[in-house]
Amino acid sequence: MADKTSANAYWAANIRVITISMIIWFACSFGLGILLRPALSGISVGGADLGFWFAQNGSIFVFLILIFVYAKVMNGIDRAHGVEE
Amino acid sequence: MDQFTLNLIVIGASFALYFGIAFWARAGSTAEFYAAGQGVPPVMNGMATAADWMSAASFISMAGLIAFGGYNNSVFLMGWTGGYVLLALLLAPYLRKFGKFTVPEFVGDRFYSTTARMVAVICLLVISITYVIGQMVGVGVTFARFLEVSTTTGLLIGSAVVFAYAVFGGMKGITYTQVAQYIVLIIAYTIPAIFISLNLTGHFLPQLGFIGGYAPTGGETYFLDKLDQVVTDLGFTAYTADTTNMLNMFLVTMSLMIGTAGLPHVIIRFFTVPKVSDARISAGWALVFIALLYTVAPAVGSMARLNITTTFWPGAVDGETFSKPALSIAEIDSNPDLAWIRNWEKTGLLAFSDKNGDGMIQYFNEPKPVTDANAALAAASKALADAAADADRAPLEAAVAEATAARDAALGAAMLGGQSLAAQGIVGNELTTVNNDIMVLANPEIAALPGWVIALVAAGGLAAALSTAAGLLLAISSAISHDLIKGALNPNISEKGELLAARISMAFAIVLATWLGLNPPGFAAQVVALAFGLAAATIFPVLMMGIFSTRVGKEGAIAGMIVGLLSTSIYIFMYLGWFFVPGTNWLPNTPDAHWFGISPAAFGPIGAILNIATAYIVSMMSKAPPQDVQDLIQSIRVPKGAGKATAH
Repeated sequence: MADKTSANAYWAANIRVITISMIIWFACSFGLGILLRPALSGISVGGADLGFWFAQNGSIFVFLILIFVYAKVMNGIDRAHGVEE
Repeated sequence: MDQFTLNLIVIGASFALYFGIAFWARAGSTAEFYAAGQGVPPVMNGMATAADWMSAASFISMAGLIAFGGYNNSVFLMGWTGGYVLLALLLAPYLRKFGKFTVPEFVGDRFYSTTARMVAVICLLVISITYVIGQMVGVGVTFARFLEVSTTTGLLIGSAVVFAYAVFGGMKGITYTQVAQYIVLIIAYTIPAIFISLNLTGHFLPQLGFIGGYAPTGGETYFLDKLDQVVTDLGFTAYTADTTNMLNMFLVTMSLMIGTAGLPHVIIRFFTVPKVSDARISAGWALVFIALLYTVAPAVGSMARLNITTTFWPGAVDGETFSKPALSIAEIDSNPDLAWIRNWEKTGLLAFSDKNGDGMIQYFNEPKPVTDANAALAAASKALADAAADADRAPLEAAVAEATAARDAALGAAMLGGQSLAAQGIVGNELTTVNNDIMVLANPEIAALPGWVIALVAAGGLAAALSTAAGLLLAISSAISHDLIKGALNPNISEKGELLAARISMAFAIVLATWLGLNPPGFAAQVVALAFGLAAATIFPVLMMGIFSTRVGKEGAIAGMIVGLLSTSIYIFMYLGWFFVPGTNWLPNTPDAHWFGISPAAFGPIGAILNIATAYIVSMMSKAPPQDVQDLIQSIRVPKGAGKATAH
């Protein structure tokens, strides 16, 4: 690692990615799957309403995409800050 | 060849495979015993993590829980997968960079205190031992069911098998065995699911069939609408019905998510990969392999439930639920496609009784007044039958007459299919037991699949149970040999000595787990709720603070863990009995008695908040961590320089 400033910049970039990811994580499961289900009952995904589908299937797919995108973005940030292995 | 022989052949072949792999991958060093030499490729580590994670409960019971719990039990689907996001983002890469073998070791180094490490060992042991009890019970039940032996014998066989490959193979042997176990269990789970989905919806993918059209009526009605209609016709709650307690559903999901991320046997999986970037992607692969089962589970559960319901009400298949009479006993005994009903009746997972003697089995949700009135009548009749010969029978006969009148009134008031039960000559629900587990276990037979698929489901259930038990036992044994013996009691122990100690602790852990499995305290399911709650309230917060805070020091961490451990266990014990001894609970375990309606299984996040609040307050009043710890925190935050783990 070059110096303290670049380490701080790397950590700040990491925290930003984590924060955005956690918002998506919360929104699809707790948001769409639980809290907003009654409000969104009019929208349907095939035979299910949106909230129900997110609770039983959809949020798992979002979690998956989220982890792979996170891993890819972080690899890029690692390289940009010269801290990759 | 009969089904039992076929089961034995498939199970025997899968065990031979596991032993072969364990022998090939046996551990030669402590690094291999604790962390498989950190040479496991991410995809394989993902598969092993998935097998480690998915227990007999996930494989056998979860689909049934969702089938009968409907939308409410989505908590298991979201909770047991969402935790992997937390692992990938918040824990796995940093702990891999730290590069040691156990969770307490990180706590001890980061909070520069052997006391903190020992508190973490205590939390780890409480969590892993409570969790392993449920697994050992699951191993016993699974072996008993498929090998047709008693549960005790089943548990002993299961322990012997785990002993054979876990003690010698360590993490390396366990990891490669789990890869094979994952392949067996996922094939066993998905093949019947694909067939049942094709049957009911015409879709090859169960995930699409689940939201697709119901095939027997030409696909015009959605499958989920059909299921909702049939079960509500019979007086059950609709599958997709909304939750009655949103706060509790929210908190249970949160508890399962952060509990998952705090389970030591899951966390240590990420110590086995070669690089920090591998730890991130490995969590993704683990979730891919878990999602293969978890996204299929609601389809399996709901489709099996519709299948069972329409079996007992044949009219519901392509018309109105009550358009044909209920299934007759003569049909059960003469139709070879229905032989599974008698087969599973033998196991006690399915039970029926023709209460009104009409030769048919009426299956519906019996209203509570009918149940109560039937029970009162049975009690009154029994009192009359048991009365001494010289007793005054008149009051007893009057009581029976009164109970009969009350029962008839209840039957007259209860409706089924637009008519009262009394008018239809029905006295109660006649399909008296439908166990959750039957949704997965009987699935291949209900869908009339070939015998080898049934045998494969048996092998899959055993693989799920064994792989989880082995992973937990490894977490327990490494905490004892590495944290307790090497970390505190005898720091100068040689590499060889530590490896021997690890094997002895593993053997000891297996014996303890077997004994607890034979004498489980209270109900295994409640015990598992404690494990998740405690993992959420202790391990997860302390690791998070260790990585993301530079201010929280040893005093704060120790106080936080203790507050999390005590608050969560006391809340659970208050409702479920002290140390799960039945009858010692202070308050009844009902929603009305729960604090703000929060069930014991939902307390984890509250415990975590108490833990973090305590840790910050105490840290503000004590000294900041010293410079070498600040350097450690900076070092785990960047991937560069992650090498092989060192044993100090």
